[in-house]
Amino acid sequence: MKKKVLEVKDLRINFKTYAGEVKAVRGVNFELYEGETLAIVGESGSGKSVTSNALMKLIPQPPGIYAGGEILFGGRDLVQLTEKEMMSVRGNDIAMIFQDPMTALNPTMRIGYQITEVLLKHKKTGSRSEAKERAIQLLDQVGIPFPEKRFRAYPHELSGGMRQRVVIAIALAANPKLLIADEPTTALDVTIQAQILELMKEIQKKSNTSIIFITHDLGVVANIADRVAVMYAGQIVEYGTVNDIFYNPKHPYTWGLLGSMPDLDNNSNELLRAIPGSPPNLIDPPIGDAFAPRNEYALAIDYEKEPPMFQVSDTHYAKTWLLHPDAPKIPLPEAVARRIEGYQQGGE
Amino acid sequence: MTVANKILEVKGLKQYFGTKKAPIKAIDGISFDVYEGETLGLVGESGCGKSTTGRSIIRLYDITEGQIFFNGKNITEYKSRKDLLQFNREMQMIFQDPYASLNPRMTAGEVIAEAFDIHGLYKNKKERQEKIGSLLESVGLNREHANRYAHEFSGGQRQRIGIARALSLDPSFIIADEPISALDVSIQAQVVNLLKELQKERGLTYLFIAHDLSMVKYISDRIAVMYRGKIVELGEADEIYNNPIHPYTKSLLSAVPQPNPAYERKRVRIPYKHEENKEDAKVIEAKPGHFVYGSDDQVKRWMSS
Ligand SMILES: Nc1ncnc2c1ncn2[C@@H]1O[C@H](COP(=O)(O)OP(=O)(O)O)[C@@H](O)[C@H]1O
Ligand SMILES: Nc1ncnc2c1ncn2[C@@H]1O[C@H](COP(=O)(O)OP(=O)(O)O)[C@@H](O)[C@H]1O
Ligand SMILES: [Mg+2]
Ligand SMILES: [Mg+2]
Repeated sequence: MKKKVLEVKDLRINFKTYAGEVKAVRGVNFELYEGETLAIVGESGSGKSVTSNALMKLIPQPPGIYAGGEILFGGRDLVQLTEKEMMSVRGNDIAMIFQDPMTALNPTMRIGYQITEVLLKHKKTGSRSEAKERAIQLLDQVGIPFPEKRFRAYPHELSGGMRQRVVIAIALAANPKLLIADEPTTALDVTIQAQILELMKEIQKKSNTSIIFITHDLGVVANIADRVAVMYAGQIVEYGTVNDIFYNPKHPYTWGLLGSMPDLDNNSNELLRAIPGSPPNLIDPPIGDAFAPRNEYALAIDYEKEPPMFQVSDTHYAKTWLLHPDAPKIPLPEAVARRIEGYQQGGE
Repeated sequence: MTVANKILEVKGLKQYFGTKKAPIKAIDGISFDVYEGETLGLVGESGCGKSTTGRSIIRLYDITEGQIFFNGKNITEYKSRKDLLQFNREMQMIFQDPYASLNPRMTAGEVIAEAFDIHGLYKNKKERQEKIGSLLESVGLNREHANRYAHEFSGGQRQRIGIARALSLDPSFIIADEPISALDVSIQAQVVNLLKELQKERGLTYLFIAHDLSMVKYISDRIAVMYRGKIVELGEADEIYNNPIHPYTKSLLSAVPQPNPAYERKRVRIPYKHEENKEDAKVIEAKPGHFVYGSDDQVKRWMSS
């Protein structure tokens, strides 16, 4: 049995704004095990960043409000910790990487100094010279050429991909149990993205770190995830292993995401299966299933009552009334079915 | 089969920035044709010169060297206001960031009408309103949207307004510079579908610039791959995707993650090692319609590996 590292229960985050209270995260549940990667995927505004910032207690209060739920990590509920207690969790037990590496780097300081600071702060090394040695090791580990020389470089002297590597080195400095990466490759070119993904997997293999990887790119999800949470309008609407989500999707929103992507191997002249409309306003989330207005398979009940999470298998859950025993049996949209069939023939 | 018309011919285009002593060779001698009614995709990593290519063609810069023929006429020689206005009507651009390209104090209607106000393309107020309304409808918005401001629209809607604006002068050629890069996947699909439909209805020709290879492959008839200011490979979209020749193209394609876990578990990225361009490097038609930039030796070697 794998060790459970993190358990999030019914997490709710609101923001007070002039227009009203934004219900950004509306009852999120998930678990994370040692050495595994959970990808959180969904369109912008679905609550991915608020969820991950909430885990680090980085939600500004006000305007943010922890409106409910628990974040169980290392035998404690992080929601209940004081800011001082959280300071020792951040960077030490849980580290975070953002889309823009400059949010984590100080432009006026040499990168070597920034890494040694973290090492010394979290008491991972004794002396400054020991810290320097370890920092150079870390730079080397994240694939930065000439680490001794780069130790003295300023962030602006490095490319975007190299800066993100430095941020990863800083994140790894304290050897955290959990690494949260919020769209870490979104701003990078595809070849650099591929290298960063390889690096993260390699690190995970070595140190058994658990990773929460936030992205809106399904290709990246397929590459890095063991398990996947699909988010929509502040909730997880489908949750399962990477194979569950890509080969046996159950939620119409997941079908929509898969159908929106062009299929590289098929040169079809058909239009893409775009999801019509746009996500709902989270000040007054719709009654019932938040996806219903965009869902061509919506049932009458979708406009009245929020669906529960239905269990599909030991590992797979989806929040849609279509899984109710009395619901009409809806076959997978043809374009999605064809794509999955293609995967299983060509991809294996 | 009729032979397609070359609507655009780019010959030996160079666009340098910086100083004479230390030039930044954003475009370093590229040549390509675009056929009427097709979509030519332009891909490559950031900084390789894609936007500069688009901007040079639409005359936002005085080019450093080369010739650009549009409908057979050398547009780099256009000087008169009449010629320039006419060219302006024929060729329009759509940008990545619909937020940045829309003036926040203008209503959607004003944004769309700006160009035909300049060109005086309507008889009276009523006709102007009618034009705005029908443009909004052609991009899937409502007539009522004309009176709203940019901030009242979502990202996808703003891009639709950007498209309506580009269509306002009824152009024949549109340069779309990363038009979907800032949008969510589901919204990207809406916009790409819209572009495809408009192309069919109006017989538009697109130069579609993007760094997302999957979308480019989907929307393009042919693809040009750029690297450091040069087009290193150009050909039919399927051909480039299935039989890439240039090592840079191979590397780029090998890095694209696909929404298929089994494929991803096995995908091997091919690293790219740049070889300095050889003295005798040139554009070689390696197969019919499939062009590669390199020396004869290089292309022979790349094709056999
Ligand atoms: N400080 C804030 N004040 C008000 N609303 C916020 C704030 N931060 C986030 N939100 C809202 O929370 C929702 C979820 O945002 P976010 O988690 O950033 O989405 P994602 O990362 O999935 O794109 C959005 O509607 C966003 O506008
Ligand atoms: N106006 C400019 N002045 C100086 N350098 C520029 C200018 N525009 C672009 N460049 C440089 O030209 C190169 C190509 O840029 P660009 O065409 O924007 O690339 P892409 O669109 O492929 O990302 C880059 O090195 C960029 O820094
Ligand atoms: Mg986010
Ligand atoms: Mg560009």
